[in-house]
Parts: sequence; structure tokens; C-alpha cells
Amino acid sequence: MNLVVDRYAKATLLGRGISFFLGRALLAGAKDVQDAAERLAYGPEVDRGEGGPDAAAALAALAPHAQKAIERIDGARDEREANKARAVPGGNPLKYVIVATGNIYDDALQAKAAAYAGADIVAVIRATAQSLLDYVPHGATTEGYGGTFATQENFKIIRRATDEAAVDYGRYIHQTNYSSGLCMAEIAWMGAVERLDMLLNDAMYGILFRDINPCRNFVDQYVSRRIIARSGIIINTGEDNYLTTADAIEKAHTVLASQFVNEAFAKHAGVREEQMGLGHAYEIDPSVENSFLLELAQAQLVRQVFPRHPIKWMPPTKFKTGDIFQSHVHDALFSLVGVTTNQSIELLGMFSEAVHNPMLMDRYLSLKATKYVFNTARSLGDEISIKPDGIMAKRAEQVLDEALELLEEVARDTIWVAIERGAFADVKRSRTGGKGYKGVFERSKDYVNPILTALES
Amino acid sequence: MHPTNPTKPLRAYGDRQNDGMIQLSFVLEIPPSARAKEAARQFAELHGVHEALVTTMESCADGYSYFVVYGHSQHAIDASVIEVPELRTEALTRDEIEHRVTTRLARKIVVVGACTGSDAHTVGIDAILNYKGYAGDKGLESYKAFESYNLGAQVENEQLAERALALSADAILVSQIITQRNCHKENALALIDLAKKQGWRTKVVMLLGGPRIDHKLALELGFDAGFGPGTKPSDVASFLVEWMCGDREHAGAALALAGDPVTDPG
Repeated sequence: MNLVVDRYAKATLLGRGISFFLGRALLAGAKDVQDAAERLAYGPEVDRGEGGPDAAAALAALAPHAQKAIERIDGARDEREANKARAVPGGNPLKYVIVATGNIYDDALQAKAAAYAGADIVAVIRATAQSLLDYVPHGATTEGYGGTFATQENFKIIRRATDEAAVDYGRYIHQTNYSSGLCMAEIAWMGAVERLDMLLNDAMYGILFRDINPCRNFVDQYVSRRIIARSGIIINTGEDNYLTTADAIEKAHTVLASQFVNEAFAKHAGVREEQMGLGHAYEIDPSVENSFLLELAQAQLVRQVFPRHPIKWMPPTKFKTGDIFQSHVHDALFSLVGVTTNQSIELLGMFSEAVHNPMLMDRYLSLKATKYVFNTARSLGDEISIKPDGIMAKRAEQVLDEALELLEEVARDTIWVAIERGAFADVKRSRTGGKGYKGVFERSKDYVNPILTALES
Repeated sequence: MHPTNPTKPLRAYGDRQNDGMIQLSFVLEIPPSARAKEAARQFAELHGVHEALVTTMESCADGYSYFVVYGHSQHAIDASVIEVPELRTEALTRDEIEHRVTTRLARKIVVVGACTGSDAHTVGIDAILNYKGYAGDKGLESYKAFESYNLGAQVENEQLAERALALSADAILVSQIITQRNCHKENALALIDLAKKQGWRTKVVMLLGGPRIDHKLALELGFDAGFGPGTKPSDVASFLVEWMCGDREHAGAALALAGDPVTDPG
């Protein structure tokens, strides 16, 4: 498929959509879509689309294939729901941990160990720099630096492991990966058909933190979210990252504003609120007096502003040091905020955060401590009310006001200008700069894309 | 602090001199049992921990136990006979970098970076320049002190020179990852030659980075500094600030002392 697209891009024919040519190849006798793609990639002549079947005929030829693809998404979704009915997920906050060995078979082992120790969600961290690959690697992989490659086969392997763990421990185990970088849509598809439960997927993260071209990113996030909407996958947005670069007290409002932006983009792509794991984090400098109160105020604010959304609560990382004992306490307070404000998805802090990727023991101790905090303070949030005009109430109002002001600026200037100005995470990006811009094409009037059309209907 | 006798062997300190108290925590691939507990105790003994007391044994995964052990370490160390190379100057803190540039330079340092020649691996240059940075250390883009331009991969030397001059760059960062047939050296040398020919070599500080690059090699190739594996954005930032704010000798000396490149910082 990559070869076809490259060839037709070079011939400046992509404006009509590659589907148009695939449909024509089917009508010319190709036996399936793969065969059609091979004909287009390797045939002696490029089909310039002149004469012969028109767009409507091409679409009709593709219709049964497109339908089959949509049925694969629906089938995986039904299977997920059936599995969740058999092994019911744990209560909120769901405990989310990461594995990142680089070897998918070791990841599978570690994922099971995490489920044994009480994890509800297991994410496989992706190998460094995969986000900037403009293709998806193939097959099972056993080597990766900083994480494990996201491939369809790896998704299968890790899904099998967490399915087995769900049966063993009688609790549904969610599987997570990354629909981000230059292959958001491709990975969304893989995640959908391999029955993943969550995908890291943000409307702007690639632009801000990976210097991906804004046009490219907005198109990709839209298509990926159309697939995600259909598949029932929960997205996890990346606002927590803002606070690892910008100051968590000064820039708290940018997190809230970005959550609204992410929500708007997601709604536009048909994603339901119950699928929107909007992100935020416990990243205030712990040496600041009453910083715990500011964290509590922000977490409660986000919870109230987005009541139906499965909010993703991220642990401290920026002020972690190699003092694992202090780090463990830091994480315990983070979890206390998580349970008190009823966050939906909590990525557990690791005491070895500043040392290495988490090891089995690190994850075990983190889960043990988190279980303690969640259980011991289960109903705390229901029992206390926040003092009006106190430190926390005032802080929440201030953040809300500042977020509104920023959103009004974005509405006035457009998102393009806001990003150019550095409104989010203090990063500035221009509309035509960044990676992947050469993969952006203008649609012609007769553009066809049966999959997107089906997803939009 | 008490004045210490430099030749006295050091033992771990619990709550009295020479008690050697330490704690260990580890995982063994065995389910909890009396045998597992004894295995953990003996395992600690093998590490020189006497009278090892297994204070925790818990199942932390199917077939694995987590242990905490206390005991008396028998080992002692004589700090006076240890040979350590002089430590390299610590990277400056973010605040210090911003402060120095604001007060001494009063403008941003313009940095242009690229992977030159056929090299398509932007991991290194991205880690140093892009906001995201590397291993929690944010890239130059995250500093107010720098205005950075990442030209990406497969940039020809001529193109890089043109952009750098157009942007009035203070510094050029070249990343070379591919080392087949020494192409990294040739590309790098060619850029230096070009700079000399065009007459701007001494006006711009030129840095070279990559997994097979070190400071010494970079100097040999005519660059001002070289950065090997494990380099963090803050290392590069510190170097540039010291160089640009008039402390060139210090900047270079720190690098010369950096010694072997750090491998795999995790």
C-alpha cells in the first residue's frame, strides 16, 4: 500500500484518493484489494484516471471490501464488550501501569505479572522514535530501545496475554498502546481490529512535542478518531506533557483549555464523551507550600468540568529524583488526590521514575501502595466539601477563568495562530513547518474514500 | 561533620560505628515458602550480608517473591586509595543558563541543527533540539535562551550553510549517526572545508554529535566540540552558554575531561 501511495503521489494523482484507483483496478479484474494494490504499485503504466469507470463505479466496486473492513472493527468491538461482561473491570480509578522491555514476549510476561499484582490497565511503551516513522513495522519484535515497537503482531501477542490474565484473575485487563506520531490512523486501525481498549491519541501532541506538521497532524487525528469512535476504544490525551515543560502552577489553565480543544476535535470525529480520557497530571513542584491543595483543586476542577469523561490522571515525573523512598511518598499523595477526586484512569507513579524503566518489583510495590491508598480513602471525596472562598476554591476559579480567556483568544485567532504563538506548552509551530507535510494533499472535488465515508455516516 | 581519618576503612553505618547495617530488596523467581525465605537469606549472605534477616517475603507475581532483607555488610572500603578522574563540570541548571544568557548576552543564542548527507536518523538531533528532549531533559527549544532550528535529515552541507547564514546562527549542530565507510567523517570534514572556503568558520561555533563521535574526534575534524552517546540537551546547552558568554576555555576543558562517553543512560 505504501508503494502505491508513493507512486500515485509522485504522479500527482492523490487528490482523488487512492481508493478511486483501487476501485478501478478491481473493475479491471483484480481479485481483491491486495491484488489491486499490487497492480497499481507494479503495473507498467500509472492509471491516470482518464476514461473508464468513474468515481461512482469505483466506489461500487470497493463497497463490499469497505464493508468487510468496517465489520472487522465492529466484530472486535462486540468481542471486547462480551469479554467485559464475562470478566468485569475493576472500579475507578483504574490502575494503569506500563511495560517497556523492548521484547514483546517479555512484555507479555510483565503484563501478566502486573495484572496479578492488581493492575487494571497495561500499556506497552513504544520504542523511541517510532512516532517519526512514516510506516508501521511488521511482525513480532524482540528488540527496541526505550520500549517495544507497535506492530499488529505485537498487539496480538500482548492482547492474548492480558486476555489470559483476565480469565486467571477474574477481572478485565485493559490493553493500551499509542495512536500518535506519523501513523496515527494506521495504528488506530490496528488497535481497533486487535481489540485494544485504549490508545494514547491527542489532537495536538504530535505538533507540539514531535514537531509534526500541523496540517498532517489534524488530518491524521481526525481519521484515527473516526476509527476509534467506531471501535469503542478510549482515547488518552496528552495534556500531562504540557506540565513537564511548562510550569504546573503558571500554566495549569493551558491544560484545561487543551482538554476543551481535544474534546472539540474528538466530538467532531464522532467520539463519545465516555471515550474521552482527557489527561492531566500531578506535576507541581513538591517543595511549594500547599502544593497538595493546588493539585487537589485542579483535579477536582477537571473532574467537575468533564463529568462523563474517563479522565486520565498522570503521576509526578518532573520532580522525581533517585531517592526512591521519597518518591514513593510523593506517589502516595498523588494517589490520594486520584481517589479523593474520583479520577477514572490513574497511571501509577513509580518510585524508580528517575532511575530506569519500571521493573517487576517497582510495579508491584507501586500497585501495593496504590491499593492501600485507594482502599483506605475510598469515600473521602464524598465525605468532605471544599470550603468556599478557601485556597482550593479560589485556585479552581482562577484556572477556569484563565482557561476561558485562552480559549477566547484561540477562537478569535484560530487554532493555527494560537499554535504559531506558542499558546500550548510554550511551543511554537507554523502551519507549513514540521515533519510529514509532504504527505498532505488537497482533496479534489471527486475525492473518494469509502472507509471514511462509512465511518462518517 | 566530624573530621575523619582519611585512611579509615568505611563500613555502612546503621546506628553505631562499624555495625555495617544495610537493607536489600530484590525479587527471586520462586513462590513464597520456608525454602524461598532461606534462599533469600543465603542470597544476601553471598553478598556479604551477615546475620541476614528476611523482613518481608511476598508473592509479587505468579511464581515470584519480593524480599526485603536487613543485615550487617562485612565489606569495608578505603576511600583514601580510590582513584577517580576529576569530575567534569556539572551541566548548568536551566535557571543558570537562562540567567547567564539574559544578563551577559542579552539576546537569544541562535542554533541551527541538521543530520547531514544521506543520514536519515534524526533521533540525536531531535533529542537535543526538540522540546521533548531526551530522558526527561528538555531540548534546546524549551529554553528561552535559545532560538533553535531543526532542519531535519538528509540536509546537504551547502543547504545547511545557507540556512545558518540566513538565520545568523551562532552555532551549528551536526548529527551523524550512520558511520558506514566513515561517511560521518567525510561529511563532517566537508562542512568544515566549506565553512573555511566561505569565510565564516570562526564566526560560528560548530558542534558534532553522534554515537561514534567524541570530543577528541570532533576537534580532529575541525569542530569546536563533540558529543557522544548519552549526551543530554542540557550538556549541549551548558557548553553553548559557556562558549557564547566568553568562557570558551572552560567550555572546552569540561568536555575534554568528560572522558569515555556514557553508554545507555536508560
